Amino acid sequence: MVQNAWLIPLFPLVAYLLLFVLGRRAQEGIVTGISVLAALAGFIVSLLILSDVNANGAQAPYVFHWLTVGQHSLSMGYEVTPLNAMMLTVVTFISTLVLLFSKGYMHGDERYSVFYQYLNLFIFSMLGLVISPNLLQVYMFWELVGLCSFLLVGFWYFKPEAAAAAKKAFIVTRIGDVGLFIGIVLIYVATGTFEYSGVFEAFQAKKFAIDWITPDHLITLIGILVFIGAIGKSAQFPLHTWLPDAMEGPTPVSALIHAATMVAAGVYLVARAFPIFEASPDTLTVIGIIGGITAIFAALIGLTQNDIKRVVAYSTVSQLGYMVMALGVSAYTASTFHLMTHAFFKALLFLASGSVIHAIHHNQDLRKMGGLWKKLPLTGWTFLVGALALSGIPPFAGFWSKDEILLGAYNSGHYVLFTLALIAAFCTAFYIFRVFFMTFTGEFRGEKDVYDHAHESGPVMAIPLVLLSIMAIVVGFLNSPLMNNAFEHFLFKGGEEIGNVYEANWGMAGLATLVALLGIGLAYLMYKKQSIKPENLANGALRPLYQLSLNKFYVDELYHYVIVKPVVWIGHILNFIDKWIVDGIVHLFGEGTLIGSLGLKYSQNGQVQTYGLVTLVGAVLLIGFAMYAVGGVK
Amino acid sequence: MLSVEQFLTLGAILFCIGLFGALTKRNIIIVLVSVELMLTAVNINLLTFARFGLTPSINGQIFTLFVMTIAAAEVAVGLAILIALYRNRNTSDVRDQDLMKW
Repeated sequence: MVQNAWLIPLFPLVAYLLLFVLGRRAQEGIVTGISVLAALAGFIVSLLILSDVNANGAQAPYVFHWLTVGQHSLSMGYEVTPLNAMMLTVVTFISTLVLLFSKGYMHGDERYSVFYQYLNLFIFSMLGLVISPNLLQVYMFWELVGLCSFLLVGFWYFKPEAAAAAKKAFIVTRIGDVGLFIGIVLIYVATGTFEYSGVFEAFQAKKFAIDWITPDHLITLIGILVFIGAIGKSAQFPLHTWLPDAMEGPTPVSALIHAATMVAAGVYLVARAFPIFEASPDTLTVIGIIGGITAIFAALIGLTQNDIKRVVAYSTVSQLGYMVMALGVSAYTASTFHLMTHAFFKALLFLASGSVIHAIHHNQDLRKMGGLWKKLPLTGWTFLVGALALSGIPPFAGFWSKDEILLGAYNSGHYVLFTLALIAAFCTAFYIFRVFFMTFTGEFRGEKDVYDHAHESGPVMAIPLVLLSIMAIVVGFLNSPLMNNAFEHFLFKGGEEIGNVYEANWGMAGLATLVALLGIGLAYLMYKKQSIKPENLANGALRPLYQLSLNKFYVDELYHYVIVKPVVWIGHILNFIDKWIVDGIVHLFGEGTLIGSLGLKYSQNGQVQTYGLVTLVGAVLLIGFAMYAVGGVK
Repeated sequence: MLSVEQFLTLGAILFCIGLFGALTKRNIIIVLVSVELMLTAVNINLLTFARFGLTPSINGQIFTLFVMTIAAAEVAVGLAILIALYRNRNTSDVRDQDLMKW
């Protein structure tokens, strides 16, 4: 079955091409049908491959020769390892549900078919990235993913914020991509290959073809450069700013970006290429610190945001920080496990938010919600499941994976990171239940008739919510002691173990749960019982802190004044040089020729005899010159 | 016996007269006649060198006959054009034939 893995990305690609040929006037039902069927087919093949890998372990990649440039030979292909078999299954599963959900959410949109084309291309790119056996191929799909996110975030391009967000997503991730690109080029120069296996071998042997730097430093340099790519794609601090802005896109896109296709790519790359990072302790430290900072930073911002999707977006940034931090402390299993569980409950949270937003006429402001539990019971229940999973309450999925990450951080001796992660866990529980209470309990704070018309949307939106809820509840057990850590055994099947694995620690589990419960309790007191007035805190002693969090620590403003403004000024200067100096020289020649010819044209006066005279003078001069040149007439 | 210089001088004088006429006369017929005069000067040159040149031969005389024939044909065509021009523009002044200017 594994040799048929190439089919999986092929399905969405075919769906994309079909929709492209059908054009944008295709019927909504047909469009959705084709897309969902393609994704579903991919999911079924993924499941078959998953069971095959589960039985036989990882297999050698399938590679074919692609092209030869001089002495360099490049190859393409695909591979299946336990890690990417898991990713394939998760991505296709979530994609199927998102595609289904979009039928309800995007109903009646003028560019409905175009939306599905982009989604299919997006899924194809991500699947292609996942099964790539070499870094060059990864980079190609990496850029395709970036392109698709640009198209989808800016799908409602007529909204200026959406267009700006799309541009921001593209440019900010591009900064990371440059790092990744340099890293890949360095890897190729140093090792002469793009293949994962060849690169890993070279990194273990520490024999490189680069001599201007010691091997140890080179390993660190390459590791950090590749990690910069992951920082951009997975929205780590300090390149996290694009992800919350990307909320301008339609909600199903947010679900896909956050759960399966875009931000997962960065974490996946670090996990897949883990031996590169593992070879240098310095790189791992950098990764751990960046992850830890991101986790706490985004969690603190999430506390005060008023846009339902933005809160969930910051929770994604924070959770990605967890995963990256886990990789930094070599808790490889915990990180990949969290990547999987997070995909399910984050997709669930986004789709549930989408359902809320859809029900109240595309309003995303939490301050205008409230009391929606009675109107949207199913959405409420599923959101609650997602929120519990995100907070890490047993037995929901997030509990098992987050607990492992905390355990990994603690046991590796990085106590600062551990503390940061614990505080972030508290904040996470608080802000997601703040959203829950503000949305579903209390009185509706928007317009009355919006509330009266709010209702659950049909089964196309309900089915994905229910399926994802089930997954968000059960998927955590895969790597629990209750199932004998099945996920971990699966992950290392047919290969050696990577990173550290620790025995489950019930004390740690209790601590994590307690912290999460405290967060939920505080949110309950503030937003349900109202016994602590949030307004009093915001305007009282905590006002500076509140403002800091509300304004996202002024990172966007900082970038605006430190980077954007100077770049714009340089642009103005270059524009001046181009407009007045470069263009001036060009215009000088143009205008000079024009003015000269304006005068010269009068010599063309139509008088044959004048022409004759001029010709005569010319001939005499020429003959005279020729005579003079040959020495005159003898 | 006339010398070669005398023949060549005659040719040069004729050529210059023709050139002067072609460049200065206002009447288009006179211009055409002047051009014929220049052709005649050329013919005299050809004949002179056919007789007194480094390798005297009959080629020069035959060439002259050709030039005369073609000149005759050219005059016929030229006159026809002149008549057409005159009918169209009602003038024979060469200065008025300046349609091809800026």
